[in-house]
Amino acid sequence: MAEPAHSDEPLLKTPLHAEHVALGARMVPFAGYDMPVQYPSGILTEHNWTREHAGLFDVSHMGQAFLFAEDKSHETVARALEALIPADVQGLKPNQQRYSQLLSEDGGILDDLMVTRVGAPGHEGWLYLVVNASMKEADYAHIEARLPKGVALRRKDDLGLMALQGPSAEAVLAKLAPEAAALAFMMSADVQIGGIWCHVSRSGYTGEDGFELSCHGKDAPTLWNKLLADPEVKPIGLGARDSLRLEAGLCLYGHDIDTTTSPIEAGLIWSIQKRRREEGGFPGAARVQREIKDGPARVRVGLKPEGRAPAREGTIITTPDGREVGIVTSGGFGPTVNGPVAMGYVAKDVSAIGTDLHLVVRGKPLPAKVAAMPFAPHRYKR
Amino acid sequence: MTTRYTKDHEYIRVEGDAGIVGISDYAQSQLGDVVFVELPSVGKSLSKGDEAAVVESVKAASEVYAPVSGEVVEVNSDLEAAPGTVNEDPAGRGWFLKLRLTNPSELDGLMTEEQYQEFVKSIS
Repeated sequence: MAEPAHSDEPLLKTPLHAEHVALGARMVPFAGYDMPVQYPSGILTEHNWTREHAGLFDVSHMGQAFLFAEDKSHETVARALEALIPADVQGLKPNQQRYSQLLSEDGGILDDLMVTRVGAPGHEGWLYLVVNASMKEADYAHIEARLPKGVALRRKDDLGLMALQGPSAEAVLAKLAPEAAALAFMMSADVQIGGIWCHVSRSGYTGEDGFELSCHGKDAPTLWNKLLADPEVKPIGLGARDSLRLEAGLCLYGHDIDTTTSPIEAGLIWSIQKRRREEGGFPGAARVQREIKDGPARVRVGLKPEGRAPAREGTIITTPDGREVGIVTSGGFGPTVNGPVAMGYVAKDVSAIGTDLHLVVRGKPLPAKVAAMPFAPHRYKR
Repeated sequence: MTTRYTKDHEYIRVEGDAGIVGISDYAQSQLGDVVFVELPSVGKSLSKGDEAAVVESVKAASEVYAPVSGEVVEVNSDLEAAPGTVNEDPAGRGWFLKLRLTNPSELDGLMTEEQYQEFVKSIS
């Protein structure tokens, strides 16, 4: 997710806008939408609740779209998307999901996204995409301009999307849709919950086990309230979404990754499957393959300040003797860690875990160490 | 004992020639959960409007300005271990620092409790 560009356009509302207002949320502009940054309980409580129980997030502002091949062939649609992203799309099984990035010709990241091979009968040759809210117009234009004949993009602005995240998520969903609760990580299913169609995937962006549920916008408030009716579930705003993903070591587009960073610098090589690393055939492949072979000049690392002061985005990183070696791209207070955490890019020679560095906060160099990520352990159901 | 407020939501509670500085209840509610407070060193001289302290919520860092000129004679070091006190009791245990006033007439330019409450109403 990225910050909104300033605009005088009226803010858009998700299908759940009225629910947030009724819950007493503090609403802020985000990526052109009027979104809840927190509910009355506050960010710390929401963060901890998600780690200990289950949090419900409105992510309907994100872009949902289908890519489909007229010849109903998975290979056709997969090849079309593989020309734009470095993930192995051809190898996706029906209902399987993968994280990837739209790359520019020079190997920079235009956006990050989720790709699912649709498994519903009658949808052979369909892929389901979820892209960042702030980038969706640019992404759709980029994709459409590069599709071969016989493959088309259909944006689905009429869908809502919510994420149910946390250790209780499985038990909560099991009461409503047992078949969805049985999914493996990064797998999806189409289910009915109280007569509402929804596409459920076992995924999320908090580091916790959990699900994302896509449904028709008109059904979103009913589904939202059905989930919230469980005492284990509380609504969670964008503030805690950010602290949760930061502790989980996950990238935020426009901050930790952008057109100047490659997936290798960003530590996202795990999202480029073996066949694609070897064969290339995606934008920026030359840079990606070179950086895999020789190592990138700089890399994204975790940073743990030794004191209590958070180091925010934009903080300069130096060696203890004052040599500038990088910059913080996300940083703040980690409620689960109970202390400040950050991530940023540093020169390769100072990127080893445990390296002593300084973070220059309000003009003062504060000691920090390169730290392993995630800061809070991932608890995905593999 | 009188309490005065700034438009930036600091308060100063004056007792004799010294004043206790903190942030208002409105300010703490707008900031959200406070997770870090940076306090000045004792002995530091501040002019009215100088940055006196930094208060950080989960989301962002904000400056706390000196409501009037003075010398820092005490700081609330309890906030280092328990920054959340600023949310729990901003007017009491959540105070930031104590200033010995060097120009008490500056207090006349600040808002009274009643004026401040009107001001908060006008912006919220």
